[in-house]
Amino acid sequence: MTDIASPTVRISARPESAKRDIGIKRRYAAERRFRAYGIAAISTGLFFLALLLWTVISNGYTAFQQTTITLPIEFTEKVIDPNGERTTDSKVLMTANYPLLVRDALVKQLGIDATKRPLVKQATDMVSASSRTLLRDMVVADPSIVGKTIPVTLLAEANIDSANKGQIDLKVEESKRKVKDQQVTWMNELASAGVLKKSFNTGIFTFGASSRPEAAGVGVAALGSFYMMLIVLVLSLPIGVAASIYLEEFAPKNRLTDLIEVNINNLAAVPSIVYGLLGLAVFINFAGMPRSAAVVGGFVLTLMTLPTIIIATRAALKAVPPSIRSAALGLGASKMQTIFHHVLPLAMPGILTGTIIGLAHALGETAPLLLIGMVAFVVDYPGSPMEPSTALPVQIYMWANEAERAFVERTSGAIIILLIFLVVMNLGAILLRRRFERRW
Amino acid sequence: MNIMSEAAVEKALDQKMNTVPFKMIGKDVSVYYGEKRALFDVNLNIRENTVTALIGPSGCGKSTFLRTLNRMNDTIENCRVTGKITLDEDDIYDPTIDVVELRARVGMVFQKPNPFPKSIYDNVAYGPRIHGLARTKADFDEVVETSLQKAGLWNEVKDRLQEPGTGLSGGQQQRLCIARAVAVSPEVILMDEPCSALDPIATAKVEELIHELRTNFTIVIVTHSMQQAARVSQRTAMFHLGNLVEENDTDKMFTNPDDQRTQDYIMGRFG
Repeated sequence: MTDIASPTVRISARPESAKRDIGIKRRYAAERRFRAYGIAAISTGLFFLALLLWTVISNGYTAFQQTTITLPIEFTEKVIDPNGERTTDSKVLMTANYPLLVRDALVKQLGIDATKRPLVKQATDMVSASSRTLLRDMVVADPSIVGKTIPVTLLAEANIDSANKGQIDLKVEESKRKVKDQQVTWMNELASAGVLKKSFNTGIFTFGASSRPEAAGVGVAALGSFYMMLIVLVLSLPIGVAASIYLEEFAPKNRLTDLIEVNINNLAAVPSIVYGLLGLAVFINFAGMPRSAAVVGGFVLTLMTLPTIIIATRAALKAVPPSIRSAALGLGASKMQTIFHHVLPLAMPGILTGTIIGLAHALGETAPLLLIGMVAFVVDYPGSPMEPSTALPVQIYMWANEAERAFVERTSGAIIILLIFLVVMNLGAILLRRRFERRW
Repeated sequence: MNIMSEAAVEKALDQKMNTVPFKMIGKDVSVYYGEKRALFDVNLNIRENTVTALIGPSGCGKSTFLRTLNRMNDTIENCRVTGKITLDEDDIYDPTIDVVELRARVGMVFQKPNPFPKSIYDNVAYGPRIHGLARTKADFDEVVETSLQKAGLWNEVKDRLQEPGTGLSGGQQQRLCIARAVAVSPEVILMDEPCSALDPIATAKVEELIHELRTNFTIVIVTHSMQQAARVSQRTAMFHLGNLVEENDTDKMFTNPDDQRTQDYIMGRFG
């Protein structure tokens, strides 16, 4: 300042230090707050994940155990083939009174007076009615066992199974519960004799639908889901990748492609049940495909998965650095060669991740399948995708509607199986990603 | 290939540059990005077996001109080129010319080293493979070795040809990119600021390499470094605001340019 300026006014060259430090504390505080929010969000997420897993596993782990009763069954010729016609008439072995064999074995084991009908009825009720099929299949497979006595492991009836697992409150008045005192006595008796025991339940993986919980499993549903995943993978991966490559690399940027892009993004957000309606209208009503078939389910889920795969693939293609494209083009590679030799391999991890996330999404989808009739009671394995089948999440949905204690645990058990499927698929995604990932 | 004999090159270099025949001729070249015009009727000829440096301030159109020479501008949407560019009599913008074949004849090295994320061997072998220049394993081995030798990289990498090209240092990566361009035996090599991402030692190696490559190839190099232009080139072209200001022998350009703007730019008065 020159002399002209008033000598009383002092102009400081530097702002006050107090002013300079404005905001610093606030900025650090804001950062700490933001970190706290983040940790809180993650903790909340982890808490609910733990809660979900705990509920499902604590309810469902017992579904992987099944009470069985091993009895020496006497395949009496008098019961199975009273008239000795089994060599000429094949129906005889199919229609024989097999439950009688079980009854006789039980009566003998428990030492009951065979003339006391109500007591005998209570005893036979302890064994699953599915024993009939089991014994029949044994005899049909090997008719030479007629006349012999063979120890056979039979499934216990669902209520006995529940009681054996301690899931039925025995303090409740006898008339108000499904397991009678006499049955409990027998159960304990058989258990101490080593005849009745808990073993690993392979049936839940292999059986089809059944109204008897002890004979119900997710085998048919898992095969239906497998068929659908196969169809979804085979259709949606090539279609999705081809569509993305065209849109990203070849298509001119104009209003039409903009419209297509907006529509693809919107389709990814369309409620899945709408795809079910579409499948019902187009594939079943118009194209006349069979109801409840995995092939229709596969098509519907393909339509549902396509937008996810296209969006993921386009993002992966976009993320490939332009310098790689320039390098290939500069060497005289054609556009196709550039894409297939360089861009696509680099985009592969992203494409695979998107695909597997899409597949996992499709695997867990229930709503569209209800509309195309896959919510069916299917007992037998489908021989092909054209035959009626059901799907894992639909099986869970159907079991969740049942009241029996044994179905409650099976519902959770099936959820565990579905979750294991999903974890395996996601592990596969991670491994493939590692395998294909390359630095540039 | 159109390679002059060693003696002829030396002789040509001894003479003043304007007696060397033209390899590429650009006549009234204009480039438009959409509505924006980036080059205004540039007439610039590239002499055979010569290093031609394109200099000028940022945004002056030198890279744009370089990219018209092998039609890399085709990949940019809305980019339009008018005028005529010939490579040995062939109009490279003629619809009958295959752009893939053109780029095999006019190779390119980019500003940032961009090796493919593959092995060193595959990086070099890629060009010959897609152009069918080699068939057997022995052919490929040979072309990889000679290309790497021409790029002065062979001794450094001969024991680790199967390692990824991206694992090399920046300077080595750039020389690998040069080897990759050389492997398809182009006639012209375009270099777009090839040393701007390199340290001075790596730069010196690349410059030395450019000097050696001149015997076999015609080279056009865009550079921001006056010293580099003076060191490596025989001819220099100065661009400003989309116009070609002056094109001359490098010696003359840096000592006694015809145009005042060249003088100002070289002296560092603008740009």
